[in-house]
Amino acid sequence: MPETSTHPYTTVIGLEVHVQLATRSKLFCGCSTQFGAEPNTQTCPVCIGMPGTLPVLNRSAFALALKTAIALNCHIPEFTKWDRKQYYYPDLPKGYQISQYDLPMSVDGFLEISDPLEPYAPLRIGIIRAHLEEDAGKSIHDEVAGRADSEIDLNRTGTPLLEIVSEPDLRSPAASRIFLQELKLLLTYLGVSDCNMQEGSLRVDANVNLHLEANGQRVATPIVEIKNMNSFRAVQRALEYEASRQYRVWQETGQQLGQASKQTRGWDEAAGLTRPQRSKEESSDYRYLPDPDLVPITTSPAQVEQIRQSLGELPSALRARLVREGNLSDYDANVLINQGQELVDYYQAVAAKCNDPKTAANWVTQEVLRELKEREMTIAQIPIPAECLADLIHAIQQGQLPGTRAREVFTLMLNDQITAAEAIGKLGIEQVDESDLVALCQELIDANPKIVADVQGGKQQAIGALIGQAKKKNPNVDPGRVRSICLELAMKS
Amino acid sequence: MTALSRNDVEKVALLARLQLTDAELDTMTAQLGQILGYVDLLAEVDTTDVEPMAHAVELCNVFATDQVMPSLPRERALANAPRDNGRGYLVPAVLGD
Repeated sequence: MPETSTHPYTTVIGLEVHVQLATRSKLFCGCSTQFGAEPNTQTCPVCIGMPGTLPVLNRSAFALALKTAIALNCHIPEFTKWDRKQYYYPDLPKGYQISQYDLPMSVDGFLEISDPLEPYAPLRIGIIRAHLEEDAGKSIHDEVAGRADSEIDLNRTGTPLLEIVSEPDLRSPAASRIFLQELKLLLTYLGVSDCNMQEGSLRVDANVNLHLEANGQRVATPIVEIKNMNSFRAVQRALEYEASRQYRVWQETGQQLGQASKQTRGWDEAAGLTRPQRSKEESSDYRYLPDPDLVPITTSPAQVEQIRQSLGELPSALRARLVREGNLSDYDANVLINQGQELVDYYQAVAAKCNDPKTAANWVTQEVLRELKEREMTIAQIPIPAECLADLIHAIQQGQLPGTRAREVFTLMLNDQITAAEAIGKLGIEQVDESDLVALCQELIDANPKIVADVQGGKQQAIGALIGQAKKKNPNVDPGRVRSICLELAMKS
Repeated sequence: MTALSRNDVEKVALLARLQLTDAELDTMTAQLGQILGYVDLLAEVDTTDVEPMAHAVELCNVFATDQVMPSLPRERALANAPRDNGRGYLVPAVLGD
């Protein structure tokens, strides 16, 4: 989606992404992280902040965070510690959140994305830091009752989050969306999060302002933080709205960065606009202090290197390889990769067996994906093994199957869970040419005067012997057709 | 160390959600000032070339296994709540979020 930059300003965007890590239990206690449980059934004295309890760090949460940070090309300091971020909110039972302040577990990384202004040109987006913290609970407001009580569910309290903060390197809403898609792809490949936005496993806040020229001077508008965006599309729309709103406000007031405090606005999806939210306490008011309940963590360069080696092929490298080895378009490679590792594995198996990556990619990205979507299946559930699809492609290449009927064969393979050859046979595609079939039958009639006489005498079943002979001469003949043609010819002779 | 001002105490009280009367503010400013002054004795120690400490005990890398343990029964979790509805804690409406 190339985007033309016709605005009289540059949009400057930094993103803050909270990712729920795929652990079984919470960050500092043994409560389950399973989504969707009855309210307040997954809490314990540690996560609801009872006095005298002691949090202990979940090893798996730290390992997943480390893996992600390394895949994001971050530097991993040898020493990291825990801090308390203090604020009052009903969904924060301890009155502070355990987070990381001045010594986060990772800093200075980057993620490469495709530039929407120049498709597929790599663009490097800096990552300021990625740190671990615990999630807060959830407030449920009674919309109807209006000002009635809020109900607090603390199941989510203490769930491990990785907060990933990008540099303000993004220059358009479209680039921001691509960054998020690429980040999600990476996280999914790493298996560190399910990235389900509906369930809150991936949350995005955006900081945005405009850089523009005024009277020959470069000026910037006040920075606004946007919250409450529930999809990547919403992020793009909210940023588009916010950029034009800021430009309008700047034209009206001329207010610049530093002349107004940082504002927080919430995205209203239905109305398609952002609205001001209650202003947050200044960052110094969080009164961060080292958490005395938790000891620091050390990570050696050797450990980091070992994890780096174990990461395997990451999506960006995989994409480049598919393009290079299979001669695929960037578009096809992206379609395959965006479906996840399993579909890529399937494609690779098909491509290797039929030795034609380009055709394999066409089949997988078109027919296979369409059927998966229509049948609401995953690639793991498809009843056509990769080698069977390769056989189908092979049959087309060998001229055994006209391309026009290939889709029919594919559908039958799916429906009946049979091989390409079986499906081709079942559809009668190996059918013998009609004139050849008539000639073959005539030959049999001529050679068997006794059978002809029997048939003419009323013994139709005598024709059976001819069917057997026909099948011997050409195994591809359709027995039913042989029978009716032979009967007709016998009666005429 | 600069002396603790009445404004500082007012701000800290707000952050701690404490409502102090004018008289209490005066008392607190004086008392907190004395406590901080006492702690400030530490400033006399020469800390050149001393690494800042991140933790009081010299222990690192304490981990727990990622294993689900039983949670509290809901009624016990809610037992200390000033108000609840059997499902969740009830608090005055949180608006504007």
